[in-house]
Amino acid sequence: MGSYFDGSQPGPFGGDPRASGRGQGASGGTPSGFLGLQTSSFTDFLASHSPGLLPGRVVPAAPPIPGADPDPRAPGQAIRDLPHATTIVAAVCDGGVVLAGDRRATAGNMIAKRDVEKVFRSDEFSGMGYAGTGSVGIEFVRLFQVELEHYEKMEGRSLSLEGKANRLAFMVRGNLAAAMQGLVVVPLFVGYDEDSSQGRIFSYDVAGGPYEEQRFYSIGSGSLFARGALKKLYTDGMSAADAVLACVQALYDAADDDSATGGPDLPRRIFPVVATITADGFRKLPAAEAAQVAEQVIRERLANPDGPPAALRNG
Amino acid sequence: MRDKADYARKGIARGRSCVALQYAGGILLVAPNPSSALHKISEIYDRIGFAAVGRYNEYENLRKAGVTYADITGYQFDRHDVTARGIANWYAQTLGTIFTESPKPFEVEIVVAEVGVSPSDDQIYRITFDGSVTDEPGFVAFGGQADQVSAALKERYSDDMSLSEAFAAALAALSAPGNGERPEFAAAQLEVAILDRARDHRTFRRIRAARLEELLAGARPAPAAEPAEDSSDTAPSGTSAPGSAPSGTGPSGSAPGSSTPPSSGGPSGPSSPSGTEPPTGPAPGGSDRGTGLDGGSPL
Repeated sequence: MGSYFDGSQPGPFGGDPRASGRGQGASGGTPSGFLGLQTSSFTDFLASHSPGLLPGRVVPAAPPIPGADPDPRAPGQAIRDLPHATTIVAAVCDGGVVLAGDRRATAGNMIAKRDVEKVFRSDEFSGMGYAGTGSVGIEFVRLFQVELEHYEKMEGRSLSLEGKANRLAFMVRGNLAAAMQGLVVVPLFVGYDEDSSQGRIFSYDVAGGPYEEQRFYSIGSGSLFARGALKKLYTDGMSAADAVLACVQALYDAADDDSATGGPDLPRRIFPVVATITADGFRKLPAAEAAQVAEQVIRERLANPDGPPAALRNG
Repeated sequence: MRDKADYARKGIARGRSCVALQYAGGILLVAPNPSSALHKISEIYDRIGFAAVGRYNEYENLRKAGVTYADITGYQFDRHDVTARGIANWYAQTLGTIFTESPKPFEVEIVVAEVGVSPSDDQIYRITFDGSVTDEPGFVAFGGQADQVSAALKERYSDDMSLSEAFAAALAALSAPGNGERPEFAAAQLEVAILDRARDHRTFRRIRAARLEELLAGARPAPAAEPAEDSSDTAPSGTSAPGSAPSGTGPSGSAPGSSTPPSSGGPSGPSSPSGTEPPTGPAPGGSDRGTGLDGGSPL
């Protein structure tokens, strides 16, 4: 570990005089594995410098997965038993976008974790959630956060929202080999577009993307139910507060019908993670605020378990 | 070896000095820089800033390498494991090796500053072209006529200054005789940034436009007289005169008045101190006054 820090490994960039910008001297043999490095993509840097640090990188002879079934005859079962994150929903609102996720991680038919968080800030004006293998997803989020920040520091400006979405697509596709072996992670990316002053949603599949989604979207095991609920609850131009409520309602409906999605846990005070991204930047709702919304939903459902009914006819 | 040191010193002395100093709310970095796009001051990591003088292409290269070093360290371990000390050591190693092994030394001087939870945790490191590192408690002036600027800054520096007081001190020091021909600064000629102790996550903030004008207005002496060395005249009304600063204020363990940084002469430089070098002569390579117009790499 750290061989590039002490210079024993010149690295792919250290020895290239064209990249050093100086064209003379100090190439190779210096403790400067990063010197002359002109890439603004942290992922590209990792891929050539320390590919082992990329998320989901599976060595051809898959190593045993710690804490999982050691039986070599059933690697698929072992991967299925890794904790999986489940449902994420997003909805565009007036002047931004709302992103929310439930708190459950499942391992096969077991609940692996009740209070997992799958909604993250990726930078000032964007956020992401993920569904799929938890451990790979966490690494994805960490890498994507560094990717955006690295670009910003190297170039002195932020990527455009499309640029960020495309970067994430390359990262997802980089994970395709691992996904084929069962380590599937699919992110949902949302952000506030400073150029058009509106929130936008981008979805992905295991091979990449991005696919821009209109109005609202959801991913994960409970996504069908959540999307069905949002379809009836969503109205164009709804306020951020209304969109937050709609997303929490949708997550409740997903938990209602999908065993892998967790509903609000009143005794333990575990409620969905909700974030809004507007011109003011990324804001994760404080625990108390998220609890208030979830409790309101539960209160209403005591009288009406299926939630607010949609109008049968327009008008 | 001596030739190389002289060469690097001359290159660095041709530019103008920059300063970094602590204030109550963090660390202030000020550099005379007519370009708003080619920065001398930049962010390295959450709590770590970078300032450099010398040849733009060389320190820009070092800056990017530092960002990469910080990002991979933080990614591999944790964000808390990225420290100014580690980065300063890495720069020292790199510059030291280049100085000894390369035919042409880097004509740069670098400051790495880290804002801590309290002022006593703040760290400022200065790394010179030959890889020497010094720990500079409280404040540092580097590049150009660093000795004069440092002496002027020392007179005005005190613990727990407000941002406007610290900015006034920095400006007065940068206007010290010998540091460039035009000591009167306009907002367009200054690059100013802070590491804000109170912020979470990324503490680095550039101070530009209206906010910078505001600071400048506060730092300028009321009558637009020539900025003399007389500190009591240049200090704006309302700020405490540096000489009468209350002693022992703040939790800072380091009293910069007493612990003078060994800035003059350059640490362990193999030949005469930089201050004695005549800043003349058509040596190859541009100064940083043009901010890297010779450096190629546009932003």
